Amino acid sequence: MQSVSKHQKPITIVSPNSFLAWIGKFLLILLGLLALYVLAKNLIAKPSLFAQNVLDGLKLGFVYALIALGYTMVYGIVKLINFAHGDVFMVGAFVSYFAIENLGLHVWPMVVFPNITPMLGSILGTISVILLAMVICVLLAITIERVAYKPLRDAPRIAALITAIGVSFFLEYFGLLQFVFSARFISYKRPFEEVTWYINDGIHAIEKGVATPPGSITFSNIFVIIIVATVLAQIFLQYLVRKTKIGIAMRATSFDKPTARLMGINVDQVISFTFGIGAAFAALGGVLFAIAYPSIRTLMGVYPGLKAFVAAVLGGIGSIPGAFVGALIMGQAESLTASYISTPMRDAIAFSILIIVLLIRPTGIFGEPEKEKA
Amino acid sequence: MLLEVKDLHVYYGAIHALQGISFEVNQGEIVSLIGANGAGKSTTLRALSGLIRLRSGSITFKGENITLAPADKIVTLGMSHVPEGRKIFAPLTVRENLEMGAYIIKDRAEIDRMTERVFRSFPRLKERINQLGGTLSGGEQQMLATGRGLMNKPTLILLDEPSMGLSPILVEEIFRIIKEINAEGTSILLVEQNAQMALSVSHRAYVLETGLITLAGTAKEIASNPQVKEAYLGI
Ligand SMILES: Nc1ncnc2c1ncn2[C@@H]1O[C@H](COP(=O)(O)OP(=O)(O)OP(=O)(O)O)[C@@H](O)[C@H]1O
Ligand SMILES: [Mg+2]
Repeated sequence: MQSVSKHQKPITIVSPNSFLAWIGKFLLILLGLLALYVLAKNLIAKPSLFAQNVLDGLKLGFVYALIALGYTMVYGIVKLINFAHGDVFMVGAFVSYFAIENLGLHVWPMVVFPNITPMLGSILGTISVILLAMVICVLLAITIERVAYKPLRDAPRIAALITAIGVSFFLEYFGLLQFVFSARFISYKRPFEEVTWYINDGIHAIEKGVATPPGSITFSNIFVIIIVATVLAQIFLQYLVRKTKIGIAMRATSFDKPTARLMGINVDQVISFTFGIGAAFAALGGVLFAIAYPSIRTLMGVYPGLKAFVAAVLGGIGSIPGAFVGALIMGQAESLTASYISTPMRDAIAFSILIIVLLIRPTGIFGEPEKEKA
Repeated sequence: MLLEVKDLHVYYGAIHALQGISFEVNQGEIVSLIGANGAGKSTTLRALSGLIRLRSGSITFKGENITLAPADKIVTLGMSHVPEGRKIFAPLTVRENLEMGAYIIKDRAEIDRMTERVFRSFPRLKERINQLGGTLSGGEQQMLATGRGLMNKPTLILLDEPSMGLSPILVEEIFRIIKEINAEGTSILLVEQNAQMALSVSHRAYVLETGLITLAGTAKEIASNPQVKEAYLGI
């Protein structure tokens, strides 16, 4: 990989004066205008449908944000694209599946406290399921780091990268084996009931068998939970990294490991901690994703993982706000493309956005050029 | 004896950087390590603080064998290393850099006390408390590096060229502070290009030449040695 600090000029496809560069720029602008035109046309023609698509994109984008945080934090500290991260997300979903299906963990409050209100009961139950998924994923990620990445910390970066891909395949296809699990999609039982509302002159609950008036926008408690959980996660992370001792130590370690050790920082512990935090967020994302799109399988982490990775690069890998913004862009791109261009195109468009952004700003939206260390 | 180093050998690949050096630092002393560029001074400090592995030899600190101890463990025993080239955490503020210096201290009040102590020696840092380390001037970074090294209340501090890049007035200042730190009870192992200044504040000194100690004695003896005068003092 080339040092990014070399690319400072806005567009670096070919030499700026050449004819080709102008064609390239022209085509990009044309493409952008075309996309804007399609969006504007649809916005005017059917504003409520457009708003609906934006909401759906937000739901997706917020889940991607939870995964992207892990990519960006781990990259920040060990300069590794942890390709197994999307599979940790999958494991989070599976842990919650087994917790609900086999342990009935989501109903423990109702069993232990029969008089508990259903609302409080299902909140406690769902939080328990999420916590269990988080704990398992944190342990998994720390184990992966210790076993697969730590021995390669001083090896060329490409070695760890290939190992990460190997770990990813292992998690995906080990689960796929007949005696472990299977390749089937299995339907996921939510830990709580979905409740939907529509917005049309105020917010109304949707009742079964009653059609919503035309032009309504609908959303569910799942949507609300995803938004709230992700925003809380983001605030928690900002607080952690900016204000706490371990957070400052993470930034110090990411900048200069030997000097961090001279401060008394146990660099291995800080790295484990970072993998752990990333995995906890991925687990949260996995459970929420399964609740939102209730069908799971061992390959379910591949695309969300890739999209979140793209989101992290788009936002500027290593930057926490960047991961968040990148993920929101990816969510919108996917949702709006699927609705207004074509569903099969959505992944192609998502990755095209990455290419275009990187052409214009190689370090991503919030990324800073890698500084030469003194 | 606070620090005892015996027959230290360090290699960088095939380069035999330290070829069996032995020396010691007693409680309350300032000891200088002088030598030409590439003699192995920084390597010696890196070996002491656990940043590089030895091939052979032993290091005893406060009676404890720390030869194989990891760097982050050695700090907790009371040895602080201010590395060559400042090594400020550029994306961290001055305050955060100092916080990291006090990483091993759990008591908040203690950290605040040490911060005040560092600000007394380096008032400039107080004015820049919320500025990013990377945006400080070279001299300010050197002050921050030294201040950060003091934050964990070391028994022994290893200073690698603390006067590098400082203006003459600041050099005077930093040596005054070195004496002050020492007067407060901290032992110091000092590596300096400025041999004259170093010898003037030190109790004892060692001369290092391409990985070997060739001369040892009190600072006065070393300063009056004819070869040292010629090679390091430019007299
Ligand atoms: N990381 C390294 N890899 C290979 N060789 C090294 C490394 N670090 C130091 N050396 C070599 O080891 C020898 C001692 O280096 P060291 O940095 O200890 O010298 P020094 O006495 O501190 O010099 P200076 O006064 O220039 O700082 C030099 O010959 C140097 O080239
Ligand atoms: Mg040196």
